[in-house]
Amino acid sequence: MAFKIIASQCTQCSACEFECPTGAIKFKGETYVIDPNKCTECDGYFDTQQCAAVCPVPKTCVPA
Amino acid sequence: MSALMISLDSLAPVSSMDAMLAKETSGGCASSSCGSSAKPDDMDLAIWEKIKDHPCYSEEAHHYFARMHVAVAPACNIQCNYCNRKYDCANESRPGVVSEKLTPDQARRKVIAVANEVPQLSVLGIAGPGDACYDWRKTKATFDDVSREIPDIKLCISTNGLALPDHVDELAEMNVDHVTITINMVAPEIGTKIYPWIFYQNRRYTGLEASQILHERQMLGLEMLTARGILTKINSVMIPGVNDEHLIEVNKWVKERGAFLHNVMPLISDPAHGTYFGLTGQRGPKAMELKALQDKLEGGAKLMRHCRQCRADAVGLLGEDRGQEFTLDQIPDEVAYDPARRETYREAVARERGDHAAAKQAAVTTVKGTEANGTLLVAVATKGGGRINEHFGHAREFQVYEASPKGISFVGHRKVEQYCMGGFGEDATLDGVIEALEGIDVVLCARIGDCPKDSLIAAGIRATDAYGFDYIETAIGALYAAEFGLELLAESA
Repeated sequence: MAFKIIASQCTQCSACEFECPTGAIKFKGETYVIDPNKCTECDGYFDTQQCAAVCPVPKTCVPA
Repeated sequence: MSALMISLDSLAPVSSMDAMLAKETSGGCASSSCGSSAKPDDMDLAIWEKIKDHPCYSEEAHHYFARMHVAVAPACNIQCNYCNRKYDCANESRPGVVSEKLTPDQARRKVIAVANEVPQLSVLGIAGPGDACYDWRKTKATFDDVSREIPDIKLCISTNGLALPDHVDELAEMNVDHVTITINMVAPEIGTKIYPWIFYQNRRYTGLEASQILHERQMLGLEMLTARGILTKINSVMIPGVNDEHLIEVNKWVKERGAFLHNVMPLISDPAHGTYFGLTGQRGPKAMELKALQDKLEGGAKLMRHCRQCRADAVGLLGEDRGQEFTLDQIPDEVAYDPARRETYREAVARERGDHAAAKQAAVTTVKGTEANGTLLVAVATKGGGRINEHFGHAREFQVYEASPKGISFVGHRKVEQYCMGGFGEDATLDGVIEALEGIDVVLCARIGDCPKDSLIAAGIRATDAYGFDYIETAIGALYAAEFGLELLAESA
């Protein structure tokens, strides 16, 4: 029950970081990373995963 | 070449400005119209005060003043078919492209470093590379930090409008008095061909619904800005076969809602950029097609024709980009703002501007209302300051002016590859330059060699350096008079 970010496709735009309702997304090294312990796939917050909905690159925020 | 001209060159050291100022004050004023304003007759004084030093809002100001964009806002809430966020290259110059993203604190240091080095700096803009209103916290932090240190710098932002209504009040509080909204349509069915999706209120919308929401938010944002007296510029990307004719309608809508300027820009759709339009073979308009549409829009919302479609981290006068001189690794950790150079430059410009305005007026009077019913399209090589002061071979762009019985007006620019490299001209490059100058009658520059001159003649374009270092309009006035046998009404400047 968590999403992950495909680092090679991430543009580091930061939109997912501030849309994430649980604060699971942080910038680490060269890219944004989703903490699987905090990610709930937006269950209980929104109908769709916010990171995937706002990400400008297709298939970059995906189920882990 | 007078000391004054040197002083307005982009790299003038302070010492020469001081020398020039001393010379100026002792020698009195060269023109009888000392201190006259360059304000257009049909503009109210309060608006002129707001725009007179803003290169993007005043065509006249863009000869003298520079802007810089800081790339602090990478996050975006919509997807446009002419934009690809993955692609970046230091040699590319187009909106949405940056070499490095900055934190608000890094941006503050960069602005101070530029203000100390580039005396022409008057405007700080945040144009992304995402959306300045969506990535709001970073935009606001940057403006707050910079205003504290450089109180007289003008602030402006560029946005797609979706998140704009949420921040209009804060913009007004922060004294942001210029906002650019990119509006490519006022009909959602056309929007569907430009915007695949938007992210709004925690979900992604597609199709008609996405464009409908975007359109409503854009109009609301524009109306809110107008109600608060914030000047708005509307950017529209001209996409042949998609929204080109529709932009006439867009122009009407934005004029009705109080937009100050409408800037119609050509689509950039090189396949190498990897954008949707680039990959589907959607072409951009030719220079003459763009001009034809802009000419059709005359009489509606006032047009901006001097946009250079610059990068989201551009630095310098509109025709140049000095961004590479101010990358983070070249900026010290501790910087202190020194207002001296900007102040000296402003004093020099104020004087030069009065003189330039008078010379321009005289030249316009020469051509205006003449019986000679001719039109001349003139391309000018200039480094700024409103003068013909660039060599043909060094030009990276030509500014295009049209002289007709209606007057002399700036109608656009043509980007070219620099023809002369290390003293040698490349024939292949010259072919590209000639192609870019399609439709031009005469080229004016500070110097040109016989060889390129002959090649231009063979292509039906005359080139001359006879007016080198004159004011642009003065030269064009004289040229027009010679062409159509008029009496010159003014001494050349």
